[in-house]
Amino acid sequence: MELLRFFTAGNVDDGKSTLIGRLLYDSKSISTDILETLTKQSKSTGVDANIDLALLTDGLRAEREQGITIDVAYKYFTTDKRKFIIADTPGHVQYTRNMFTGASNTDLAIVLVDARHGITEQTRRHSIISNIVGIPHVLVCINKMDLVNYDEEVYNKIKEDYTHFAESLNLKKVSFIPTSALTGDNVVKHSDNLPWYQGPSLFEFLETVEIEQDFKTQESRFQVQYVIRPQTEQLHDYRGYAGSILSGSFKKGDKIAVHPVDLTTTIEKIEKFGQEVEEAHAGEPVIIHVSDNIDISRGTTFVPVNDSLQTEKTFEAIVCWMDNKSFQPGQKLLLQQNSFRSKAVIKEIDNKINIYNFRSEPSDGSLHLNDFCKVTIKTAETLSFDEYTNNRKTGSFILINENTNNTVAAGVIA
Amino acid sequence: MDYLDQLEAEAIYILREVAGQFERPALLFSGGKDSICLVHLALKAFRPGKFPFPLVHVDTGHNFPEAIEYRDNLAKELEEKLIVRYVADTIKEKNLQDGKGKFPSRNGLQTYTLLDVINEFEFDACIGGARRDEEKARAKERIFSVRDEFGQWDPKKQRPELWNIYNGKIDQGENVRVFPISNWTELDVWNYIKRENIQLPSIYFTHERECIKTEHGQWMNVNEFVQLEPTDKIEKVKVRYRTVGDMTCTAAVESEAHTVDDIIAELKDTKISERGATRMDDRVSEAAMEDRKKGGYF
Ligand SMILES: Nc1nc2c(ncn2[C@@H]2O[C@H](COP(=O)(O)OP(=O)(O)O)[C@@H](O)[C@H]2O)c(=O)[nH]1
Ligand SMILES: [Mg+2]
Repeated sequence: MELLRFFTAGNVDDGKSTLIGRLLYDSKSISTDILETLTKQSKSTGVDANIDLALLTDGLRAEREQGITIDVAYKYFTTDKRKFIIADTPGHVQYTRNMFTGASNTDLAIVLVDARHGITEQTRRHSIISNIVGIPHVLVCINKMDLVNYDEEVYNKIKEDYTHFAESLNLKKVSFIPTSALTGDNVVKHSDNLPWYQGPSLFEFLETVEIEQDFKTQESRFQVQYVIRPQTEQLHDYRGYAGSILSGSFKKGDKIAVHPVDLTTTIEKIEKFGQEVEEAHAGEPVIIHVSDNIDISRGTTFVPVNDSLQTEKTFEAIVCWMDNKSFQPGQKLLLQQNSFRSKAVIKEIDNKINIYNFRSEPSDGSLHLNDFCKVTIKTAETLSFDEYTNNRKTGSFILINENTNNTVAAGVIA
Repeated sequence: MDYLDQLEAEAIYILREVAGQFERPALLFSGGKDSICLVHLALKAFRPGKFPFPLVHVDTGHNFPEAIEYRDNLAKELEEKLIVRYVADTIKEKNLQDGKGKFPSRNGLQTYTLLDVINEFEFDACIGGARRDEEKARAKERIFSVRDEFGQWDPKKQRPELWNIYNGKIDQGENVRVFPISNWTELDVWNYIKRENIQLPSIYFTHERECIKTEHGQWMNVNEFVQLEPTDKIEKVKVRYRTVGDMTCTAAVESEAHTVDDIIAELKDTKISERGATRMDDRVSEAAMEDRKKGGYF
């Protein structure tokens, strides 16, 4: 069985939470006791005579009181074919960072559009963020079809508009489905109200959409998380490098380059759960042994020799600023890429990205909450990386404020 | 990769991040299926090395004897360090009011003992087996969840958590709660137990037990802590436990499931959530879990 991670985006009130609620409800993934509480709550907030399915994901008191999604909620459901992990992300512009967070490790974005309003500024913003996060596939759900008499014309117009807009981005794949989250049309079951629509329901789409397996085919990357040295009598000289294969694959006997020390050695042995294996692939947690005694510690990267991996102390990236406090020039930061950490500074803010049209604008030198900017970063240690569009694992990082320890920015190397 | 392999790989990755980022981590071990899975995952993450953390159990005194026995055997068999601290001692030391009423719960009291043991050993990270599918406040919590000096969770101040990059940087006195199986559901846990052939305490499987029925129709087992009322009818029922919490606040479910396969079949059929079926403590209010977490709970 496969695992698909997706997130929902869209304007406030476009029906994201309702859609997820509907998906869980109609696929019978909600337990009766939870439904009971929902029915009670729906009455107490007096929103609707029916159950308010949005209450399923709005799990914090403040969210229920204000009737909005503030933070990412994770929901799970399983069908015979797949397990799904859903990140329900907030639509408000002031929670852009939470949306970026929810989107970061998913394979698919579902962007909701209210059929009455068509593509809005928010639709553009969410699509552009999906584009920056490198989501391989965007599904546009044209929702609230019940409020436009299930009119095919309305659907086609929005589809056309979005397709036109998407051409300015480099979204790899875009699909469209007309739905009504409230009435359930085309969410799980096909609907008689939409006889002109021949495609799959949302549920069928999710069960069959191809999951991008980029990491399998990419260049081979491994990073050390932890050094295992039992130092017991029998295992006196045991020294294994524990970590996960980030992308590609490694074999016993492979000649590898070790960064940032920039030395070469050979893979002597790969262990997985106590067994020796010949080869390990993207995603697998392993312990690697090498034949030379060189300086390897947490954060060290292994790649095949003569590889295209970049190793620099200065590089350019797009960052999304996530802290309430704006960036201060000279601010002391730590950069973390997987398990690698180094002191870092933002040397220059090159330009600002308008997240409504994806154009670069001159920067005024500031970096505020939810801003996207192209910046130049300088690290104290050499960073081993790929461009994000080539590798999501080695091209992404976070910035931590050394003082407050908060995660203040997320970045993709461009 | 199969979905269970992916969930396993994610959990192992997180465990190794804990080992790499913290000085004095601990694994909170309850004797329940989720923490038993955590131990199994830790074996996969660190063997042939030792665990880079001790197992820590907050013993409420209301635990099922089968769970305690399992705990002690496991620690011995694995030759890993086990630290046990008792809620009864905390009650004495701090002169606290023990649980009262028909089902005298120590569920709230264990937070004191937990915070004390964290202070005693200066743990900077505590690994727990909580899952996001259990409860809607949990669905909002990060995998690395920073707690202040008082163990408090502030849902409004959560750090953004991106990709699989975990920021465990904290100040002296703070600690991080880490939830490696956040993305697993109850069914995932059972499918994993089956695949890995993990042994569990016997109370997860069907057995005959003397129980009384509560006003909500739940089966509570009769034991030395429960204050029976004259109207209570003691019945022998075939039950099993879906979660192994305290005897005083965990209900049994009627079941004939002898094997893990039986349990999986049963769960696929059931219409009631794990907490709904078994917990008496979350019914109190809509935000019960959110509030307890804000107070330092797991
Ligand atoms: N008529 C109609 N109303 C909908 C539909 N989907 C959602 N709604 C309503 O729109 C409002 C906002 O929905 P919600 O799911 O909270 O939106 P979110 O902010 O995107 O999560 C609620 O009152 C829903 O009942 C739909 O397809 N048709
Ligand atoms: Mg919502």
